[in-house]
Amino acid sequence: MLIKPPGDIRASEITPHGVYLRRREFVKAGLAALAGAAGLVAAGSVNAQGAPVKLAGVRKSGFSTMEKPNSYKEITRYNNYYEFGTEKSDPADYAGKLRTRPWTVIVEGEVKRPKTFGIEELLKLSLEERIYRMRCVEGWSMVIPWVGFELKRLVEQVEPTGKAKFVEFVTALQPENMPGVRLPVLEWPYVEGLRIDEAMHPLTLLAVGLYGEALPKQNGAPIRLVVPWKYGFKSAKSIVRIRFVEKQPKIAWEKAASHEYGFYSNVNPDVDHPRWSQATERRIGQDGLFSPKRKTIMFNGYGDQVASLYAGMDLRKLF
Amino acid sequence: MKQAKPRARSLAILSPRVFAWTKALIFVLCLGPLARLVIGAPLDLLGVNPVETIRRSTGTWTLAFVLATLSVTPLRRFTGWHWLARLRRMLGLYAFFYAVLHFTSYVWLEQFFDGAAIVKDIVKRPFITIGFAAFAMMVPLAVTSTDAMAKRMGGRKWTALHRLVYVLAVCGVVHYWWLVKRDITQPAIYALVLALLLGFRAASAFRKRAA
Repeated sequence: MLIKPPGDIRASEITPHGVYLRRREFVKAGLAALAGAAGLVAAGSVNAQGAPVKLAGVRKSGFSTMEKPNSYKEITRYNNYYEFGTEKSDPADYAGKLRTRPWTVIVEGEVKRPKTFGIEELLKLSLEERIYRMRCVEGWSMVIPWVGFELKRLVEQVEPTGKAKFVEFVTALQPENMPGVRLPVLEWPYVEGLRIDEAMHPLTLLAVGLYGEALPKQNGAPIRLVVPWKYGFKSAKSIVRIRFVEKQPKIAWEKAASHEYGFYSNVNPDVDHPRWSQATERRIGQDGLFSPKRKTIMFNGYGDQVASLYAGMDLRKLF
Repeated sequence: MKQAKPRARSLAILSPRVFAWTKALIFVLCLGPLARLVIGAPLDLLGVNPVETIRRSTGTWTLAFVLATLSVTPLRRFTGWHWLARLRRMLGLYAFFYAVLHFTSYVWLEQFFDGAAIVKDIVKRPFITIGFAAFAMMVPLAVTSTDAMAKRMGGRKWTALHRLVYVLAVCGVVHYWWLVKRDITQPAIYALVLALLLGFRAASAFRKRAA
């Protein structure tokens, strides 16, 4: 007799987001009347009714995990986006002022056809939903249903030259809108980088959405990097410039504390942060108050897809 | 202006009844931070990462009570309210109480009683080493906080032992300083207050010696 194993909970069956959406019905009418609504619309991530812009034609992806995604609230109210402050609640509280329209992404450097992309053009690319695990270097993790496209597709349009060994990502710096940049916590603008083969990997995503809607500002609107096998800080938010370079770029956290944060920063339970262990993690919202943390998996569980990128490398030295 | 003086005097000396009520009120207020956690946890009011909220809250309240304890002497000196001295033991024990909760939250919620991981943390990670040291120093102070113990030890020895509070306060602030990822604003505030409180003592010791 064939006994079917109980199926995983499908992402579509999980409703916290539905609950979240219903709450908007209360405020929708009121919001539209507010003068502030005009500002929100201008910002581009919400429509005239104050609801987030739904992204059309989003395909499902085989790269998605079957794990239970975190709720919209968890994903949007517990963020590290230091330009808005170092508390986890600061981005949700202060990112509203981030100006996301007009927005362009300049792609330049060692490429045959440098190009400046308007955000509208990028949003027209065919989008897919990727439900990825996200492991923060601080020892917590989430499961996040991103919407976006493979970075590779943008790279192919600009044709990197043979000299392009690394890709540097420069993020938005709007001092008038970002209270956090008044303190020299990190060097602004925040800069990240990948090796070219990492950038071309099919798991590497440029995300423009979350839960089928335009990306909220605190999560890096209007466009951000998502590299699921690396610690979260590698996934730079609100990208304005992508530069192809020959030399390995110095990334923001490396400049701040090179003994604690390396260029690669692959999720690795065997290499501790000097100040805390990376062997375990707390899954936000799903591990109860009194349950032990779960074991962190090498490459955040994406080893089958990415381990070959690092064959022969000493990942203790190149952490 | 004329009225200011008698009022100041009335605060300087409290009747036993008023003092008892004041102390009871402060005792209850000091339970506030714990009440917030105990009530907030089941009601989902502690944010997206409640374990982090509990750990941070108990930690910062420990520091706050250590600093409050150290504020008693300078406050007494400036205000002339000598009854403040009779609140000091309670404040000190509250510091210990929140330190126990903080330590428990680490051992239980953070490490889930994984002895090996805890020992490794204490040995390998300076911010945990110094935090643990501060906690360990609080234990003898709490144990000898009773009148009977003070009597048994004798005033001189007891006072000498309880000077440990200066060392553990510094360790506690350094613990906080070393654990933050990048933004040192918060620990810097605690460090500044502690520096003022210790500076006051250094200045009065210096003056005493000069006199």
